[in-house]
Amino acid sequence: MSEGIHPIASLLAAVARGITGVQVQWAGCEPDERQRIYFANHTSHLDFVVLWSALPSEIRAYTRPIAAKDYWSETPLRHYLVENVFNAVLVERGAMPKAKSHEDAKFVSRSLIEDMAAALGDRNSLILFPEGTRGNGEKVGEFRGGLYHLALRRPDVQLVPAYMENMNRILPKGEYLPVPMLSLLTFGKPIQLEPGEDKDAFLERAREAVSSLRRIGPA
Amino acid sequence: MPVAIHVHDLKLMLLFGGVLCLLIILTVIGDILKRDHHYNVSRSTIDNFNAQITAWWKMCVVFVLDLLLGPGGSLPVFALLSFLALREYMTLVPTRRGDHRTLFWSFFVIMPLQYYLVGVQRYTFFAIMIPVLAYIFIPSSIAIAGDTAHFLERAAKIQFGLMVCGYCLSHAPALLLMKIPGFEGHDARLLLYLGIVDQMNDLLEYVWGKLIGRHKIAWRVSPDKTWEGFLGGLVSATALGTLLWWATPFTPLQSAGMSFTICILGFAGGLVMSATKRDIGIKDFGAIIERRGGILDRIDSLCFAAPIFFHLVRYYFVP
Repeated sequence: MSEGIHPIASLLAAVARGITGVQVQWAGCEPDERQRIYFANHTSHLDFVVLWSALPSEIRAYTRPIAAKDYWSETPLRHYLVENVFNAVLVERGAMPKAKSHEDAKFVSRSLIEDMAAALGDRNSLILFPEGTRGNGEKVGEFRGGLYHLALRRPDVQLVPAYMENMNRILPKGEYLPVPMLSLLTFGKPIQLEPGEDKDAFLERAREAVSSLRRIGPA
Repeated sequence: MPVAIHVHDLKLMLLFGGVLCLLIILTVIGDILKRDHHYNVSRSTIDNFNAQITAWWKMCVVFVLDLLLGPGGSLPVFALLSFLALREYMTLVPTRRGDHRTLFWSFFVIMPLQYYLVGVQRYTFFAIMIPVLAYIFIPSSIAIAGDTAHFLERAAKIQFGLMVCGYCLSHAPALLLMKIPGFEGHDARLLLYLGIVDQMNDLLEYVWGKLIGRHKIAWRVSPDKTWEGFLGGLVSATALGTLLWWATPFTPLQSAGMSFTICILGFAGGLVMSATKRDIGIKDFGAIIERRGGILDRIDSLCFAAPIFFHLVRYYFVP
């Protein structure tokens, strides 16, 4: 399923890299072909493409983004892009509670986790934006529960935090034309679900792992 | 075709040959300093020095490209420089969400238009494009976006960036399109002259400052700038510029005046950019953006010297 990269994907990745002039730093780990979940802050439509393009091409071919079905199925173009070009895993965002309480946690959609776990398979890596929606770039929002459930289910998969800087200034939510500012992408040290660690603590720690990679102070 | 013209321009070749010789000598010195640890020079000073030399080699490449492409081709080269400098500036200057469309216009409409107007030699239009038209357009566009927080500041920041990175720098390639009687086809020498005097002033100011610098000029802005460095650089770079009069349409005295002006403005440019950096809170424009940055740091003095030099030449030498 993940064999080869769609030519449009490569083209878009090159364009995104050009626009964002992204400078990639592997601060806490090296690029590796092992199975990983890259999780990052989310502020722009360019996030996924830029993160994906920062990976070496042999890894890229096996790395799939998680995308919200409600948004990305809205128009045929969007659907074509995520489904055919980027081979995304479409998930129901609405079914994913914001994990505010333990009560909520019980209702985490089984199928959502099923879908993501199936997408991982025994070869693929995933790109996940656990905030679930695009923020304004000032603060990394609270993480939703999916990352926790995936970590619980697949302890063998490395969880790599990443922070993307300035993407919200390049292409903020609601804009269609990018402004070519420079951006930074930092990959941090992989984290693990500790034995007995509860969900909220883990998600908070994961969020901290992402936001601690920030290099430029808030504007 | 333009290449052939330039190869037969003996004075240009002499001038450029001189630059290359100097650069080769400096490169060798830099290399020796890097390998040998006996000299009493700090690591960072040597790295700085070598980075500067690398930057000069790049400038030479830009200049050769200009020659090869002819006046029409040098515009895209400078437009690209402007674009990269503006990108660097805007990356580091805080902007808000409401500035997005204004910034898009700045990068993709105002800037290319400026260079287009330089290219088609619509002097009156290119002279008012950014200081008048864009000046009015930018606050209007931000106002339409509806965010009033820090309104004045945001408008000023974008205007300043466009003026320095776009408008000011675009006067350097504009030199290539000037029609000075008796000097036709030799405009490349003027650009090179400006570049040499400006960059040598930077270097000599630094050297004098290191050697005998005592009295700081504006230590809050730039701890490296001293009166000794400033005056030493000014005098020696002006002398150098005067000696290069044969490559220009100027008499030796005129050349001294031009060089003097270039040096003063170069100094002002460096100082203003240092102050800008302090204001944003970073030492080098390139520091945060590492490999891809640093363009603005190299051309800050040129940005201030180019427009004034252009207008002086135009006023006194173009009928």
